[in-house]
Amino acid sequence: MNSYLTSTLFRKTLAALSGLFLVIFLFGHLAGNLQLIMLSGDAAQKQFNEYALFMTTNPAVKILSLLTYTSIILHTLLTLFLAFQSKSARPINYAVSSGSENSRWASRNMPLLGTIVLVFIVIHMKSFWYEMHWGDIGNDLWGNRDIYTVTIVAFRELWYTAFYVLSMVGLGFHLCHGISSAFQTIGIKTKKYLGPIEKFATMVSIIVPIAFASIPIILYLRSL
Amino acid sequence: MAEMNLTLKIWRQDGPNDPGGFKSYTVNGLNTHMSFLEMLDVLNEKLVNTGDEPVAFDHDCREGICGMCSMVINGRPHGPLEGTTTCQLHMRHFNDGDTVTIEPWRAKPFPILKDLIVDRTPFDRIIQAGGFVSVNTGSAPDGNAIPIGKEISDEAFDAAACIGCGACVAACKNASASLFVAAKISQLALLPQGQPEREERVVGMVKQMDDEGFGHCTNTGACEAECPKEISVDYIRKMNWEFHRANVKG
Repeated sequence: MNSYLTSTLFRKTLAALSGLFLVIFLFGHLAGNLQLIMLSGDAAQKQFNEYALFMTTNPAVKILSLLTYTSIILHTLLTLFLAFQSKSARPINYAVSSGSENSRWASRNMPLLGTIVLVFIVIHMKSFWYEMHWGDIGNDLWGNRDIYTVTIVAFRELWYTAFYVLSMVGLGFHLCHGISSAFQTIGIKTKKYLGPIEKFATMVSIIVPIAFASIPIILYLRSL
Repeated sequence: MAEMNLTLKIWRQDGPNDPGGFKSYTVNGLNTHMSFLEMLDVLNEKLVNTGDEPVAFDHDCREGICGMCSMVINGRPHGPLEGTTTCQLHMRHFNDGDTVTIEPWRAKPFPILKDLIVDRTPFDRIIQAGGFVSVNTGSAPDGNAIPIGKEISDEAFDAAACIGCGACVAACKNASASLFVAAKISQLALLPQGQPEREERVVGMVKQMDDEGFGHCTNTGACEAECPKEISVDYIRKMNWEFHRANVKG
């Protein structure tokens, strides 16, 4: 059992499971964020700030948040470790490389795509998560911390909106390979489930980033 | 019969500790029906006649079944053709005047012995780590004593087609040996004869693969695309499942 826990395959499986948990988190986060564009004006401000209060105080949500933070840290550390380990397995590179002829671009560039997503998460959490918890932000008319206005103001900036949208492109490619790869690592992408898993992965990797990116784009367009 | 001339850029290295480097050669008057290895034979004959050291490369059966030939041709293990070993690759797939770059398998666990020859004994140690298969001694068993379904026997046979050449390691961006190990594990895990030692085998072989210093599998699928026997990455999925199953079972 001890050799299991220290094996590369077990570490990969942990990276796969934490990655899949983060995919579930994306669905929840997206549902919450869509409230920003479903309504507008005071109604949106009231609803979104009440939702933000619920998300930061509800005990069940707190447990889920802790799981999410753990997953992000675990996924990052494990994949970083594995990537460096693999790098050392080929000290001298080929003079001629033709990776494009035998594999997909996203599958060969997961460390780069993961780094894009990680940088985005850090900046994104500083902008909203940190501000909601400890930032010097005012209250709305109903006495709740006004994270809605912080969000609206942030996406008045073209560069910030563009950074968000580009990061979502990176996320899309990361999910495109990551989801089906995770099922393969766990060992359940059998021939029977291969089709449905590939379809699910493709759909999620297209729909989720587009839905996320549509929010800042709409907020930016509204601010014009 | 068309003749062709080629420029070859070949990795030359005197020994494991020599830094090595590329050297260019021109070979003229090649026959398009020659195999890639026969083309190298022509070059070596020329080198021997001029008193130079011939290019060292692994080869044995030259029928595509032994798994000895091992070179990366223009960035592709065993060259540009699908499902083909280097010895079965013919010069008609190249054009007159081409420059062809030839490199050895590149992986830390496969140190270069000389020129294009690498030491693939880590594969032997992985096989040894798989242990034995229990068989009853005595007279030969009846051919149909153990019934095995057609689908299962086909799947086991497809895994058994692995010739252990190491092209999967050479193709993988992480130098992972997963496809080789997965094929060897699956071949026995699928059949009744492999059941008594099923768990010890997968645990032992995966551990040895780690200990040898191969990289991990990131499921790019490059190994399947370059495998001369077209072994499916589904066997890697199977190895992963077998590994989890064996460890959970204890």
